[in-house]
Amino acid sequence: MSAVLKEVDNGVNVEALLGAREALTEAPEAAQFVWRATSEWMKGTHTQSSVNRFFGLGEEQSHVREYSYDTDHPEIFASEDLGSTPVEFVLVGLAGCLTAGIASVAQNRAIQLNSVKATIEAPMDIQGILGIDSDVRNGFDGITVKYQIDADASEDDIAAIVAQSQKRSAVFDIIANPTNVTVEVNK
Amino acid sequence: MIDFRQKKARPAGTTDVVVIGAGHAGLATSFCLSERSIDHVVLERGEVANSWRKERWDSLKLLTPNWQSRLPGFSYAGDDPDGFMSMPEVIDFIQDYADFSGAPVKTNTRVTSVSQNLDGYRVVTDNGEWQAKSVVIASGACNVAVTPKVAESIPANITSITPHQYRGPDQLEAGGVLVVGASATGLQLADEIRRAGHEVTIAVGEHVRMPRRYRGQDIQVWLDRTRILNECYDEIDDLTRARRLPSPQLIGSSDRKLLDLNSLSDSGVRLAGRLMGVNNGMAQFSGSLANVCALADLKMNRLLDTIDSWIKTHSVSCDAAERFDATRVNGSPTLSVDLTDGSTNTIIWATGFRPDYSWLNVPVLDRKGRIRHEGGVVDAPGMYVVGLPMLRRRKSSFIHGIEDDVRDLTAHLHDFLDTELRLAV
Repeated sequence: MSAVLKEVDNGVNVEALLGAREALTEAPEAAQFVWRATSEWMKGTHTQSSVNRFFGLGEEQSHVREYSYDTDHPEIFASEDLGSTPVEFVLVGLAGCLTAGIASVAQNRAIQLNSVKATIEAPMDIQGILGIDSDVRNGFDGITVKYQIDADASEDDIAAIVAQSQKRSAVFDIIANPTNVTVEVNK
Repeated sequence: MIDFRQKKARPAGTTDVVVIGAGHAGLATSFCLSERSIDHVVLERGEVANSWRKERWDSLKLLTPNWQSRLPGFSYAGDDPDGFMSMPEVIDFIQDYADFSGAPVKTNTRVTSVSQNLDGYRVVTDNGEWQAKSVVIASGACNVAVTPKVAESIPANITSITPHQYRGPDQLEAGGVLVVGASATGLQLADEIRRAGHEVTIAVGEHVRMPRRYRGQDIQVWLDRTRILNECYDEIDDLTRARRLPSPQLIGSSDRKLLDLNSLSDSGVRLAGRLMGVNNGMAQFSGSLANVCALADLKMNRLLDTIDSWIKTHSVSCDAAERFDATRVNGSPTLSVDLTDGSTNTIIWATGFRPDYSWLNVPVLDRKGRIRHEGGVVDAPGMYVVGLPMLRRRKSSFIHGIEDDVRDLTAHLHDFLDTELRLAV
């Protein structure tokens, strides 16, 4: 890089990502990943879930350590509130995915990010989950993500990074598009 | 595979080059081969300009203005340079070129097989066989209308058609129409079908938005003058993606009208996200409509920025810079349409096209069925392909874009034949 250009560092190793993209284009079978989580009911509406092992690049992989999460419901649902609600976890996943994408795209486009903050809101009519009105769906009515981004770039360039991040986001796709879900018991 | 069995079936015509297809690309290739006195024949499954005769809807006009209709040694000579050719006019233009150039075209000669042998290529047709040292594939980029996998799950009560089967709104039964795809094809069909009185929903994935006119000129004037479309394949960052880009949302019409998603909304067409699946008769659309529209708006503005800065640098006097309204997406676009309740009777799959290589018995296709080539030089000695999107330049798929590609490739082909000759001696 030329000495007159400011070094852009968002902490993303873009060379490694681009290298992986090239390698996996040649070997699409290695691109087949399986993500996993396990969970165990604790008490009431409290569940503890954890993630560690996953499959990818043709073999079993694992995180550097196991991560555990508690989900529960707030006290107004007569629960003990020992963790976030599962639906909030979905928002956490979306925020994490989109923001990681923003950092990667910005790095690839040589744009320095100074701060990236998001607020996510997802209205829900709980008449659906309570079975009061069968015309109301269980899930969100919609999701609104509001980003506050400070970066060394024009507004259009920042908007383009956020748009590109949505285009390449797994969680955005999972939420925005239908997915078949299979639940088996005691098999 | 090399075929070592020297079949002595029907007597083969022998030539240096077989050109497959007598559309604009094959005829331009023929012209440049003739300039170099290279012996060749052009094999055409039907008539000259066959795809333009048989595989286009009635109201279609070229997306490029008449002044841009030029081929090697030939250009538009009419009195409406800013107009857009109808299909009969395109057919006449290409037929006139074939007559002018005296191209050695064998019509009604469908190639059924091309295979390699020790002398080059054996080309089998339904009208005799040919032996050639070189083959130029100019059989078109849009032979087969591509439909996504979800098309298999459409309920039986729905009539599914592709743009190749569509001629005009009169052929549609009454009732709602779902147009899948928002490239030039999808937008034009949604527009005319809505005008014919149907309820229309258009499923919108990634698309390329472009205004018909900008700063007082047709957009093609700026694309031409800035030489944006001359960018070469080896200068493009993500070539695979660039080659997959859908056609820009343009329409050729005498009133030079703007056709975009906003104008479709104004005429009462309903916008939905990309069609993702069909579940129990419900068509399900992606919730990503706002983002694909934002992406297209941003990319259009980047193109207009490039044009503005070129105009400034070159001190061109023209109308002031302008920006177009962002694509309007209502707060909660439709996520599903019931395909079983009688409200929708027809689905049109404007989901792209691909070439047909079913006759090509030479191992040059990749795992996605695309031909492996470097700027048109196919991965088999003496084989070339022309007329594919972004083959050598951004303009490769346009009529005016073929000349530079064909000149490059016939020069390469000439060298190839010379080398073959030296090796033989």
